[in-house]
Amino acid sequence: MSDADNPTDDASDEFEPIQVFPEAEEMDLRPGADNCYKCSTCDTNCPVAEVDDEFPGPKFQGPEQWRLKRQDDHDIDESVMKCSNCMRCDSACPSSVPLSQMHNTARGEYVENHMSKFSREYVRNRILANYRRLAPLAATFPRTANFVMGLSITRWLGEKTLGITSEREFPAFATETFRDWWRKRGGAKVQNEDQKIAYFHGCYSNYNTPEVAKALVRVYEHFGYEVLVPPQSCSGTPMFANGMLEDARRAAETNVRELAAALEDGADVIASCSSCSMSIRQEYPELFDFEDTEDVAANTWDALEYLRVHEDLEGELEGASVEGFDDFAYHAPCHARNQGLDGQTVELLDVIDGVDAHDVGDSCSGISGTYGWKAENYETSMKIGEEMFDHMDTADAETGLTECPTCSMQMEHGTGYEIRHPLEVLEAALFSDRPETA
Amino acid sequence: MAIEDDVLVIGGGLAGATAALAAAERDVRVRLVTYKQSTLRHASGLIDVLGYAPTDDGPLTNPYDALESLPDSHPYRLVGEAAIRKALAFFDELAGAAYAGSHTDANALVPTAAGTIKPTARYPTATAPGLASDRRDVLLVGFETLPGFDAPLAAAHLEAAGVPFDVRGATCSFPGIRRDDAKVTRYAHLLDVDEAIAVDAGEIGVRAALIEAVEGHLEGEARVGFPALLGDEHADEVRTDLADGLGVDVFEVPMGPPSLPGIRLEDLLYDALEDAGVRVTSGVPVVEYETAGASEDRIDHVVVDRNGAQVPHRATQYVLATGGLVGKGVQSERQRVYEPIFDCHVSHADDRYEWFVDGVFDEQPYARFGLSADGELRPLDADGKPEFRNLRAAGSVLGGYDYAAEKSGSGVSLATGYVAGTHAGEAVDEVIR
Ligand SMILES: Cc1cc2nc3c(=O)[nH]c(=O)nc-3n(C[C@H](O)[C@H](O)[C@H](O)COP(=O)(O)OP(=O)(O)OC[C@H]3O[C@@H](n4cnc5c(N)ncnc54)[C@H](O)[C@@H]3O)c2cc1C
Ligand code: SF4
Ligand code: SF4
Repeated sequence: MSDADNPTDDASDEFEPIQVFPEAEEMDLRPGADNCYKCSTCDTNCPVAEVDDEFPGPKFQGPEQWRLKRQDDHDIDESVMKCSNCMRCDSACPSSVPLSQMHNTARGEYVENHMSKFSREYVRNRILANYRRLAPLAATFPRTANFVMGLSITRWLGEKTLGITSEREFPAFATETFRDWWRKRGGAKVQNEDQKIAYFHGCYSNYNTPEVAKALVRVYEHFGYEVLVPPQSCSGTPMFANGMLEDARRAAETNVRELAAALEDGADVIASCSSCSMSIRQEYPELFDFEDTEDVAANTWDALEYLRVHEDLEGELEGASVEGFDDFAYHAPCHARNQGLDGQTVELLDVIDGVDAHDVGDSCSGISGTYGWKAENYETSMKIGEEMFDHMDTADAETGLTECPTCSMQMEHGTGYEIRHPLEVLEAALFSDRPETA
Repeated sequence: MAIEDDVLVIGGGLAGATAALAAAERDVRVRLVTYKQSTLRHASGLIDVLGYAPTDDGPLTNPYDALESLPDSHPYRLVGEAAIRKALAFFDELAGAAYAGSHTDANALVPTAAGTIKPTARYPTATAPGLASDRRDVLLVGFETLPGFDAPLAAAHLEAAGVPFDVRGATCSFPGIRRDDAKVTRYAHLLDVDEAIAVDAGEIGVRAALIEAVEGHLEGEARVGFPALLGDEHADEVRTDLADGLGVDVFEVPMGPPSLPGIRLEDLLYDALEDAGVRVTSGVPVVEYETAGASEDRIDHVVVDRNGAQVPHRATQYVLATGGLVGKGVQSERQRVYEPIFDCHVSHADDRYEWFVDGVFDEQPYARFGLSADGELRPLDADGKPEFRNLRAAGSVLGGYDYAAEKSGSGVSLATGYVAGTHAGEAVDEVIR
């Protein structure tokens, strides 16, 4: 493995007891709690409160808990660990109460102060949150890893020893990572001083679905962009969701530094995973204040969104058709919805002949990253997903489509459908008359 | 490149959704951009046209008879009676079997969770068997874990209001729910999926368990009213099952916020938007606008803010439906009330102390704050001229009425949404030709 692959994998990154997270500790969110006028809109949007009796809902989790903390030194309630960090409450609140910021800091505080660092739960959460650290190893021996991970004994052990549900199959690792492919390819094929993007591929499209990352490169090069692939760490999404704020902070620091350097170089930042872009755009500025954090957030875009705004994407696709794809059952991930991106994929596929995307409704898929992997959440996760599975079943399509890696795992798990990424369809449409470049 | 459409509607509440649907009646491309969730989720799901008039004390029997008594600047006077009727017909078509009340001009009288009687023009089918004009006796059922609906108290209030039937209230526990702050969506979900719950004799579905819990309270009443949480996606099925099991008519009593009938209405509208091909972008606000070159009176494009990134959206016609002080379409600072996107003129007293009058129950001037408009609903500047040629406004961003006092909220949103959307759609055609 080269350094470029794993820029932050040095010895200091071993699993050590978590440090106090200074910025979140100092953060006083209580004034935000005063904006709450108790309308309960957030509660009616929470997929967990709808199916899980134990969960008190976002209004309690956010403003009420912060109010209690002001009155006396109340401890964070353990139910915060049941929040899946889907962030639906955050975008629902008409009064702009910073709910997800409250949940993230409460979770961090709970894990820091109330969860034993030797408990099975902590170790398991740490492993799930730091999936990226295991991935390089597996990627070095992908076939062995896929074989071992697929064994029922491994899954059984996972459940017994770690509390990782044995109901799910681990996603397969690609035999060649995106970064390996990129290096072998010799990097960018298009040089352009005036049009550059820095690609934030995230972990999943590097290790598991490099075809998505390759599609992004081809699509952007087609429009004449020079693609940079800066060194990068995990976006932090699974770390926020598990209250591992110190891990997230370290990852974010690397990313902000590298991406800021790319901005300096004249590039805009592009992500293909909706949770990665959400994290950089919203959670970084809410939780950290490294130099350039705001700048990086404001200049990070979703891959399709950027092309829609900066190129005549629809004009380019006019008359384009694709073969080899059936119609899609499209699920908009919560984190895309929160960024106002929920409609764009269906709109785009509308323009392309030969393939349609049927929106399967606005429910949450229920997996929310690492949430649905935990044995104790598996049932809740599947109950939340039921509405989406139903709608996928009745949609006129047998292939799924979504931007989020974990939503795609859930879609596949609940329906058996094969799941694709919109960039793959866009690539096929743009290159329909040309043989695929390897 | 801006994202291009023919009509751009800003705000996705009842007014914005209606405007988008009305515009989409023509062969034009319509987009709706909306930020946070609208007041539909708080509202009762009832469509009030006009419950009380400024000149009358009691509830109105027929809202149309009182239109003449409204001030000239009232949105209803701007659009006129014919347009209000067309807008309601448009809604009836849209709602289909989900709403009732279109058979008459007269207001229906709907019992509420507080035990008051509300005059309204259209009501969900789920509420229909509960009308106060019906003479059959009623049992109201509340749940121990649901403080928002005290059935015995509501029954007492209704009796005191002199309803023409006997009404009793009973409280039971809701099968499968223990926590006292369970969300209405939790109740609805349990009924929707008819989740199996453990009882002494094994497991039964929640619907059957609820029937069992209520049966014993019935004393020959012909209809039973539940708080409005009987299912969401499968609400009709839930109600039918309960009615069959109990052998009586079952209806829903509208509740305070958050409200399932409001959520269902929202779903109905957003499904209709999808069917009509309206493109919806939600979760992001419109923050500012640019005019086209030299012509100051024409909006060229607006800017949507996405966590700091600016995404331009261009259309030929725009509709502003961002809500009032609650929806944040109109905002207030110490010294002024303003409309934040286009800075349209909002008339109000210069002296802050004149915004309020002393009595809590008196008519509050601030409730009428909002934009004034012409007959096409183009917002007017301080001199009474349209602010922009291609901007119209709808819903509670408009001033000149007090929806809470008049009970006219949804009616004004529907009527003005319909008129603004229709004009916007037609104006696109003019430009194209
Ligand atoms: C608690 C409550 C109870 C009610 N009960 C009833 C009732 O029983 N019967 C009745 O008839 N009426 C009732 N109403 C009134 C009625 O619901 C509303 O007046 C009416 O629906 C207003 O709708 P609207 O579409 O104008 O605005 P809103 O519903 O306020 O919607 C405005 C939308 O615009 C969005 N928005 C705001 N700024 C921007 C921006 N910059 N960019 C993009 N989007 C933006 C907001 O996020 C919101 O989604 C009630 C209202 C409330 C608050
Ligand atoms: S939606 Fe916002 S204002 Fe309403 S209860 Fe939740 S946090 Fe409070
Ligand atoms: S983030 Fe999602 S799961 Fe957590 S409280 Fe908010 S809506 Fe519920």
